[in-house]
Amino acid sequence: MKQKTDVPQGTLALMVLKTLDVLGSLHGYGIARRIEQISGDLLAVNQGTLYPVLLKLEQEGVIASEWGASENNRRARFYRLTKEGRKQLQLETQDWEQTAAIIGRFFAAKAEDLS
Amino acid sequence: MKFMRRFFARLTNSATQRARDERISEEIENHIAMQTDENLRAGLPPIEARRQAILKFGGREAIKEDYRSERGLLFFDNLARDLRFALRMLRKSPGFTAVAVITLAMAIGANAVVFGVLNALILHPLHVPQAESLYGIQHGNEASSYQSYPDYLDLRERNRSFDDIAAYDAAQVGLDAGEDPSRVWIFLASGNYFDVLRLQPFLGRFFHASDEHGPNSAPYIVLSYSYWHTHFQDDRGVVGRVVQVNKYPYTILGVAPPGFNGTLVFFNPGFFVPLVDQEQVEGVNDLSSRGKRFIFMTLGHLKPGVTKAQAIADLNSIGSYLEKTYPKDDDQRTFTLARPSLYGDYLGKPARAFMTGLMLLSALILLAACANLGSLFGARAADRSREVALRLALGASRARILRQLFTEALLLSLMGGALGLWGGFVLMGGLSAWRPFSRWPAQLPVHPDANVYVVALLLTLASGFLFGAFPVRQVLRTNPYEIIKASSRGIVGGRITIRDLAIVVQIAICALLVTSSIVAVRGLLRALHSDLGFEPRNVILADTDLSMGGYSGERALQMQKRMIDAVAAIPGVESVGFIDWAPLVSGGNVDSLVFTDATADLRRSNAAAESYLFGVSPDYFQAAHTVFLSGRTFTWQDDENAPRVAVINQEFARRVFGSAANALGAYFKMPDGTRLAVVGIVENGKYASLTEDPSPAMFLPFLQSPSTQTYLAVRSDRDPAQLAAAIRGTMRSLDAGLPVYMGPWNKELETALFGSRMAAITLGVMGVIGAMLSITGIFGMAAYSVSKRLRELGIRMALGAQRKEVLQAALGRALKLLGIGSAAGLLLGILASRVLSAIVYQATPRDPVVLAGVVVAMLLLGLVATWIPARRALAIDPAILMRED
Repeated sequence: MKQKTDVPQGTLALMVLKTLDVLGSLHGYGIARRIEQISGDLLAVNQGTLYPVLLKLEQEGVIASEWGASENNRRARFYRLTKEGRKQLQLETQDWEQTAAIIGRFFAAKAEDLS
Repeated sequence: MKFMRRFFARLTNSATQRARDERISEEIENHIAMQTDENLRAGLPPIEARRQAILKFGGREAIKEDYRSERGLLFFDNLARDLRFALRMLRKSPGFTAVAVITLAMAIGANAVVFGVLNALILHPLHVPQAESLYGIQHGNEASSYQSYPDYLDLRERNRSFDDIAAYDAAQVGLDAGEDPSRVWIFLASGNYFDVLRLQPFLGRFFHASDEHGPNSAPYIVLSYSYWHTHFQDDRGVVGRVVQVNKYPYTILGVAPPGFNGTLVFFNPGFFVPLVDQEQVEGVNDLSSRGKRFIFMTLGHLKPGVTKAQAIADLNSIGSYLEKTYPKDDDQRTFTLARPSLYGDYLGKPARAFMTGLMLLSALILLAACANLGSLFGARAADRSREVALRLALGASRARILRQLFTEALLLSLMGGALGLWGGFVLMGGLSAWRPFSRWPAQLPVHPDANVYVVALLLTLASGFLFGAFPVRQVLRTNPYEIIKASSRGIVGGRITIRDLAIVVQIAICALLVTSSIVAVRGLLRALHSDLGFEPRNVILADTDLSMGGYSGERALQMQKRMIDAVAAIPGVESVGFIDWAPLVSGGNVDSLVFTDATADLRRSNAAAESYLFGVSPDYFQAAHTVFLSGRTFTWQDDENAPRVAVINQEFARRVFGSAANALGAYFKMPDGTRLAVVGIVENGKYASLTEDPSPAMFLPFLQSPSTQTYLAVRSDRDPAQLAAAIRGTMRSLDAGLPVYMGPWNKELETALFGSRMAAITLGVMGVIGAMLSITGIFGMAAYSVSKRLRELGIRMALGAQRKEVLQAALGRALKLLGIGSAAGLLLGILASRVLSAIVYQATPRDPVVLAGVVVAMLLLGLVATWIPARRALAIDPAILMRED
């Protein structure tokens, strides 16, 4: 029963980090919206699953959070990247690109290339 | 790093659970509100906007749960929940809880006490620094360690393996510290004793090797802490005080550290006197005679890096030097090393064997308790199978359910362990205060230390896991659909289950214990009624050591004669006999080698026998009721001017002369070459211990073999207390400064019986515990099987089954297991009696009384255990039963 919502946790975390990197401080709803937009609704994430991930990242010290006021003056918890988070994002981006490149090459390879 | 940070964050979060729960609720609320706003803006009607938002967010509770498990440590949260649940479950069945806790408390308590004693007696007996490198020098060919003083000096000076070697002997002195003169057991210790043991004084100073300048040159004593505490009331001013030891002035130098009670576990000397003062203390000076092996033990620390084997080789080379140099006194000198605290292997070996056996037995009891509780626990789990199935069906993992069961088991075992340890404490406190021998300063301080706590905790946890593991298979096999569909009636009977095996093992252990304890009790009874070679009933022993009153030689002899005459004149006294060491009374026995008359070379290896030696008055045999087989007793004319004579026992006659007939009138030789004529032959007896094999003994007229040690055996039908008072008065009128000890001879035998009595008591106690365990085990099983089969039994009864058949169906299995277990246990018990025979007099299970006793005991046990379940099975009313479900 593979569901569309099954985003590997690591991937979701990376998306969160990147979102915060680009947009700066943002609340949970904003992060969820952003991921939805960028993935072009390909990832129909159960938005709630975001929160345990946010907590995990916060406990690892790569993001920090505090209460603040949202655009329409609601109390919301804002998340931002820490210095450590930035480093982590850099590392993971590299890793990801490397992995993607390798996988890409494998997919591009034809039978004669492998012989 | 990151992992650690997350872990600690979680740990703190677990503690602040409630406050943090609000944060996620608020965030979720906000999120949904924002999404609703968004949806409103997109033109959805308000209600639909919110519904969509909630849908999009996903299962709120599931996410909260995820969030929680991410935030805190699930483990601790669950543990708290499991504990609460377990407590609730246990409260709901107080009967089960009480049985389980008490069973565990008994088993764990027994283990704690036995381990506590093992710890105090064998593992950590002496409170001295670096006890692990401290060894006693023991003879190679027998488990003893006595030495002569010159040999000790040779060993000390010539060895290259020990830091230094100390020597000591136990002795009794009269101490006059200003009040009533009293007899005190002391250690005569070499000057370096405390330095060898690396001790520091609690008060004042110790004596040292530098204080010794030849015989009687060091009139100093060092008090043991406990003697100082009890007899000098912790008076710090005692240092420097002069007291009278055997009427000689001695100065108190200091007090030994608390916890140090000499280097023998079973003997706590009151104070320590330098060995060079032997003459003033013991009345003889053996410091220069190589043949007088009066030193009880020599001991020392091995040098660092020296192995035991190297040290033994070193000592043996000194031994062969001694053999060569002093062929007359020292032959066959080989050595080995042993722990000093239990007099080397002499007591160490049986004590170790006994304690190991006891530890094993108590471990078995714990195992039985676990098996027992395990089966009860398994039965409970089976009763709860519907609950388990329901939880499985609702999505609980099997691991989660097992954890819950283990939490319950551990909770029970911890409660039982705590109760057991508390009981153990009380018992160990009693043991520490207990002085088993009235005459001997023996005390065993069993103060539980960290080892005992750790062992008790480990045993508690282990037993919790052990009996908690019983239902595991059951839970793992549970199929929720089947169980919920079917009614709760389980299937009983048929295959042999682990539970059956557990019960059989337990019954076997119980039968083993019952067998051993009956064997031990029988042995004890037999020992009490065995032929001692004298009749201790109606005899009071009054004893004193005349050297404590300053008597020696001819004066001592005159005093002894006066004492005999004076006591014999007391009204109601039938007869009075003098003996220098009363048989089977603690304190010591003298023995001597004897040679046939034809032997010219009187070296040790040419001896015909080694015989106990007693100096007695002519009337001793009459007073002791020792039977003459032939010949006569001594007369008062057998004094130092008359030819030397002896009365020997049957065993002596057999060994030295071949038979009693050859012995009468014949001669034998003592090690100094004296020829003795045999004038009488008496029956064999027990002299040093009740378990000894028939041993040779000789009785010499005390006028020819003087000793200051004085025992008067006073036979009379008068009330012992009155008589004792009269004897005391008589003795005081002869010399008021002489400490006299008095007691019925019967009571003195307690020491000799101590080993068998202890074995009988401990085995008896364990047997009772084992029986109780078996009863609960069988009861649990029978009750469970009856309750499970109520329906089936009801149907049988409705169909016309007789009472006998119903009982057969309900209890047949339990009784069969009882039979198998008892047989196995009896067999094991017969094997185990071989071990027992080291301690218990003539322990043998090949005794119809033992066999019958075990069978009766096990039958009774089965009857008690199945009584209630049987009643319940018989009381089934099929009509009522069938109307239910």
